[in-house]
Amino acid sequence: MRTLFKDMGLLLWLPITILLAWWFGSANSTSIYFPPLELILETFARDWLGPRFVTDALPSIGKFLVGFGIAAAGGVFLGMLIGLSRRLNAALDPLIQFLRAIPPPAILPIALLLFGIGASMNIAVIALGAIWPALLNTIDGVRALDLQVIDMTKSYRLSPAKRIFKVLLPAASPQIFAGLRVTLQMSIILIVVSEMFASTSGIGFYVLNSQQLFAVPETWAGTIVLGLLGYVATLVFVLIERRVLAWHRGMYNSLEKA
Amino acid sequence: MIPLSTSTISTETIMAVEGLRKSYGEAQILDGIDFTVNKGEFVCIVGPSGSGKTTLLRCIAGLQAPTEGKTMFEGVEVTEPPAKLAVVFQDYSRSLLPWMTVQENVMLPIEGRFPKEELAERVKKALVSVGLAGKGKLYPWQMSGGMQQRAAIARGLAYNPDVLLMDEPFAAVDAQTRVELEDLVLRLRDEYNTTVLFVTHDIDEAVYLADRVLVLSGAPTSVTENIETLLPNPRNQIETKRLERYSEVRARVMGLIQAAKSHASI
Repeated sequence: MRTLFKDMGLLLWLPITILLAWWFGSANSTSIYFPPLELILETFARDWLGPRFVTDALPSIGKFLVGFGIAAAGGVFLGMLIGLSRRLNAALDPLIQFLRAIPPPAILPIALLLFGIGASMNIAVIALGAIWPALLNTIDGVRALDLQVIDMTKSYRLSPAKRIFKVLLPAASPQIFAGLRVTLQMSIILIVVSEMFASTSGIGFYVLNSQQLFAVPETWAGTIVLGLLGYVATLVFVLIERRVLAWHRGMYNSLEKA
Repeated sequence: MIPLSTSTISTETIMAVEGLRKSYGEAQILDGIDFTVNKGEFVCIVGPSGSGKTTLLRCIAGLQAPTEGKTMFEGVEVTEPPAKLAVVFQDYSRSLLPWMTVQENVMLPIEGRFPKEELAERVKKALVSVGLAGKGKLYPWQMSGGMQQRAAIARGLAYNPDVLLMDEPFAAVDAQTRVELEDLVLRLRDEYNTTVLFVTHDIDEAVYLADRVLVLSGAPTSVTENIETLLPNPRNQIETKRLERYSEVRARVMGLIQAAKSHASI
């Protein structure tokens, strides 16, 4: 119990110190750019813990999840196909290298042309912009499969389904998850940027719109919402990753001990 | 007088390697390998390192096509891994899957091929046979090297093969564990009535285990000698190795290997 408090203390002392410093440092602030934290939090509570959560936050979160889902599933699926075929890999590699070199926000104008303003545009930008880390890491992970493992699957005549789901995917999973983590971060960036760029609702829209209306506390409050969204998304991802890759950590630790 | 009974071995051929050649471009690895294995026999293939043992094994297992010649398995030419052949690989840490428990690893090849109860029964029996009763829920990396190789052997047994093909299976374990595993394999051969083809670079191991030792030359490789050990069964690490016949065969194999090595280095 004591160590738990100690751990929590170690984890929390800096954020708490910063919050306190911000709170007291800004308490009597008259600068319009740096309103008191109290005012920011009041705005946060008023705007984001009320109906706006349903009208603006939930749609943003929904679009982000769908976009990330498509990027992740598409990246892993296509990565498997490409990684398994030397020919496909050779044929597609130059194209993939070119496409992934395009800075993701640069596809916004074209996506806007093709999809117009709306959820499908935000989702398309995430799916197309954030797919690359998942795709490339899956290709690498699949191609790195140990030759002796391949021999084993062949000599025991494992069915294609067993080879893919029981051998190939788990073997590549540490690399796949490393890719998915970057895909997740890019998805968060792209939902915000695409909502700022062209949207009539959503958290990104709220932040940029508040700034343009010179509603400074709202601008700050929206930024905090975005920070929290990213934080929670990463936290959930890490928890899932820990569960799925428990064997990997266990093996790694056992090797370190030896 | 040494009793010459090699007991239960039939003269029925289960595998036949005929004129097997393998080359990679200019480099010739296997230069016409010929031998047969009888049903129930324990045959050790011993050769100097770099003699293409792994290539030979992969051709026999149907994992690699020979350049010339063929392997017959139970009367059928090998063009893909035969269903009644199980391979125990050299590097257990790579051939066991670390994301599965030991029993999941053992079950993997036969899953879906039998009803659930029979599946569980087979896995349990195999684990008991190799001395891993109650260890099925561990992950491979939670076990010692010797135990991991036992698990890999259990996977082979649960597959219910007619022939167990073992590729230097004990090369990576310590000497004491190796002795235990050698005796384990001899016992399992009787218990499961399987034919064993065992590849090794260790001369003592080959002579101790085998009914027959095939000695390979250096690359390009062929079979230089085919020696029946004629050692009495059951074998015993102390008594068998005390026999005059054991020393005789051992010296013979040693001589051939050294000749092969010096020939190769010219």
